[in-house]
Amino acid sequence: MPAVSKGDGMRGLAVFISDIRNCKSKEAEIKRINKELANIRSKFKGDKALDGYSKKKYVCKLLFIFLLGHDIDFGHMEAVNLLSSNNMMGVNWTLGYLFISVLVNSNSELIRLINNAIKNDLSSRNPTFMCLALHCIANVGSREMAEAFASEIPRILVAGDTMDSVKQSAALCLLRLYKTSPDLVLMGEWTSRVVHLLNDQHMIVSSASTDLQDYTYYFVPAPWLSCKLLRLLQCYPPPEDGAVKGRLVECLETILNKAQEPPKSKKVQHSNAKNAILFEAISLIIHYDSEPNLLVRACNQLGQFLQHRETNLRYLALESMCTLASSEFSHEAVKTHIETVINALKTERDVSVRQRAADLLYAMCDRSNAKQIVAEMLSYLETADYSIREEMVLKVAILAEKYAVDYSWYVDTILNLIRIAGDYVSEEVWYRVIQIVINRDDVQGYAAKTVFEALQAPACHENMVKVGGYILGEFGNLIAGDPRSSPLVQFNLLHSKFHLCSVPTRALLLSAYIKFINLFPETKATIQEVLRCDSQIRNSDVELQQRAVEYLKLSSIASTDVLATVLEEMPPFPERESSILAKLKKKKGPGAVSVTELEDNKREGGELNGGGDRGPDTAAIASSNASTPSPSADLLGIRSAAPIGAAPANAGSLLVDVFSEAGPAAPSAAVNDDGFLSSAPPSEDPAPPLSEADELLNNWPKLNVQTKPVEPLVEGGAQIQQVLNIECLTDFSDAPLLNIKFRPQQEAQKIFKANHSMDTEVLKAKLLGLGTALLDNVDPNPENYVCAGVIQTKGQQVGCLLRLEPNAQAQMYRLTLRCSKDSVSRRLCELLAEQF
Amino acid sequence: MRNTVSTSLTNQKLQCPTMQFMLLFSRQGKLRLQKWYVPLSDKEKKKITRELVQTVLARKPKMCSFLEWRDLKIVYKRYASLYFCCAIEDQDNELITLEIIHRYVELLDKYFGSVCELDIIFNFEKAYFILDEFLLGGEAQETSKKNVLKAIEQADLLQEIRGVPLYLQKPPEDLQVSREDLLSNTTNNRT
Repeated sequence: MPAVSKGDGMRGLAVFISDIRNCKSKEAEIKRINKELANIRSKFKGDKALDGYSKKKYVCKLLFIFLLGHDIDFGHMEAVNLLSSNNMMGVNWTLGYLFISVLVNSNSELIRLINNAIKNDLSSRNPTFMCLALHCIANVGSREMAEAFASEIPRILVAGDTMDSVKQSAALCLLRLYKTSPDLVLMGEWTSRVVHLLNDQHMIVSSASTDLQDYTYYFVPAPWLSCKLLRLLQCYPPPEDGAVKGRLVECLETILNKAQEPPKSKKVQHSNAKNAILFEAISLIIHYDSEPNLLVRACNQLGQFLQHRETNLRYLALESMCTLASSEFSHEAVKTHIETVINALKTERDVSVRQRAADLLYAMCDRSNAKQIVAEMLSYLETADYSIREEMVLKVAILAEKYAVDYSWYVDTILNLIRIAGDYVSEEVWYRVIQIVINRDDVQGYAAKTVFEALQAPACHENMVKVGGYILGEFGNLIAGDPRSSPLVQFNLLHSKFHLCSVPTRALLLSAYIKFINLFPETKATIQEVLRCDSQIRNSDVELQQRAVEYLKLSSIASTDVLATVLEEMPPFPERESSILAKLKKKKGPGAVSVTELEDNKREGGELNGGGDRGPDTAAIASSNASTPSPSADLLGIRSAAPIGAAPANAGSLLVDVFSEAGPAAPSAAVNDDGFLSSAPPSEDPAPPLSEADELLNNWPKLNVQTKPVEPLVEGGAQIQQVLNIECLTDFSDAPLLNIKFRPQQEAQKIFKANHSMDTEVLKAKLLGLGTALLDNVDPNPENYVCAGVIQTKGQQVGCLLRLEPNAQAQMYRLTLRCSKDSVSRRLCELLAEQF
Repeated sequence: MRNTVSTSLTNQKLQCPTMQFMLLFSRQGKLRLQKWYVPLSDKEKKKITRELVQTVLARKPKMCSFLEWRDLKIVYKRYASLYFCCAIEDQDNELITLEIIHRYVELLDKYFGSVCELDIIFNFEKAYFILDEFLLGGEAQETSKKNVLKAIEQADLLQEIRGVPLYLQKPPEDLQVSREDLLSNTTNNRT
């Protein structure tokens, strides 16, 4: 093959490409391209007919522009013209095809136009033209193409006089059309004749009409063909005929033996081609899953690759072993490599290889090694890539539950999960730990103790607070005997987290508090005090407000007996398939958890946790809420279940009974007597949510007003519709007043250059000098300073939180202030910025 | 090889997976060649290209050549300043895909004679032709180097007037007519 002169004939194109390459900036490039586009457009539109060379050149330029990533909205017709052009430059036509293949595939009108040209070429009997046409059909591969040619191509494929090279193209082309539109390619009548080709073409090869040497790739004979054939066999079940099966096993053994032979070349291509066949053969062995000897041999071979110096081979060995682990014949053999795999998880520098190692550990896990594997996965989580953390968390949670021998280990594991990767612990995971603790009384005391200890960390994840709130609310009594975890200590610990939590968590904590009142009467006064304070009972969030009001009422009105009935311990959850498993399946698609399912089938009897039919999912919680006569039944379904506020309307609910005892008008009185709706709170309302649009209703006892909750945050420029249901209870004469308020931003921030020394001790002294308390271990970043204080005036108190983030390298600070009053935040921020 | 044809044909009934697309891009992230074997909108193609180029370029030299990306497997290899990057499906063989890339590079090399990125920039249409001869619809069509190059040579010959088959060697204004005649003749013969 003679080397081709660069730029081959099309000087204009070469010049244009050089121009583009010489462009110094993106802008210059775009400018040059626009100039060229204008030029081509005028040439195409011009009166003067273009000669074949120019057309070819301009179409090529358009192609090049398109390949640079610019949109091309013209020239398609010119390309179609090239196909049927009346010049004799064959290349124009190949170019026309190329342009269409690259550019046209979504433009169906044009495809109809070119179909005619393709039809002509297909019937030309010139192999080059036919192949070009087939390439074009395959490249575009659209439905229109399939409609036009699906019946024609099989004819070409089996016609006796078709050249082999054309048959090749025709077959692949047909395959492509079949993939796009299987309904259009009706293979029924052709199948037998096509299968016949297999024999036929074996003959062609064996009769050596082609030079076989050409198909040997780096000393490996026909690797592509071998892989294809092995893949083909995986589409069928193992052969039933013993002789055929024996022959096949022999072939597979030969492939495994070959892998052990010394390499015939040091080139990576040689080993890649050889191993490509080996991996395909192993896939087939796994597919058959009936030859223990082959499965174990495959496992040993992969074991060697686990420590190969080629990263690619280590990756593939880990991947392939994952499927081997799911076979009962090779599961044990895979397990022998556990140390190597753990080592890979720790030391591989490529995250995708580490991920494979983690997958394999999950796949090889069973009761004998669960503790080790879970521990390794937990420690990997601390440094794991963010993209895979959620999946890792789900896997750890599943393994921990599945192979829990004692449930204290399970509880420890899940709490560790929350500690290490709290942000990635989904609802399913923490719901699940609560379900299990509630259903198993042997672990409840331990769970209460452990979660109590976990909550003592200065900064703990909100999910930990949720689990803690729920578990202490249910089982706090089990550890209350110890003075270190007395009821009040427990309550204070929970309440110390309250203000840092989101609304759903706070709602859950409020429910925990009312449970405390029942469990520990001695905490009643303290908790009532908390419920009664403005930040609860006048909270801007309707859910929190409602809970505070109702729990307060409940605790003051209901007798001890009623309280005990209402706040009874949660009944066991109905047992169903773990929702975590469902979530992982959803995340990874079917097959991802095959090992777990296999385990289910094989070890069901011995499993502490039984099969997969244990434990409720979220829906189960919701349904148990509906049937459980407890006002705190929605502890878990805070947002999804009907809000407590709906309870009074709910006939049969105990809450209604409680209120009924207080008198028939109690439900509305409970709302109105406290006055929390009857007048808009002053603007200093200390409700914590910031920058929320909040609506407060000026409500009368004469009107019953109900609002549907809306998103707490309104984006700039956005509109929100809120429906108010207003019911007139009795006659009145004054006009009602609806007062809508938006809570302003209460945070102020400033970034500024350091004016003074950035020395730690100096800064600390300054901050303390402001009269604030310096809080250690609050900010996750130890470099930052966090302070809190209260500004007291005669008329009001303003709580202030301050965070100072120094950047020593840039000699800059970021100062953030959040006060209960917006104006104070801003002023303080300005003032303090000068001090550092 | 001949046999690949028939095997893939049989596979089709069983939805055998295949290559989804191939991208060539430079170390600077400039796209040099794109070949799509699945119908996608231009917008989608651009998005995929952008994301993938970024992902691959961010990887360090010694890392493995395979990665999971969306629900596809990416196989890539760097040759001098150019990255060759293929997307295959879950069941596909990574190593053989790696060697498909290599064989393509060999073909380019043989055709251009010590191929470099510039050859592909200036003769991009040739790079496409070679790829089309080698892969069709995402399947290896002809893995013999000799046969692929022979086909390209034949196509190249078409560029020269002398190389055009006799029936095409007529004055330009007649060509349209003559081609049509020829084609309609053969159609008639067949039916």
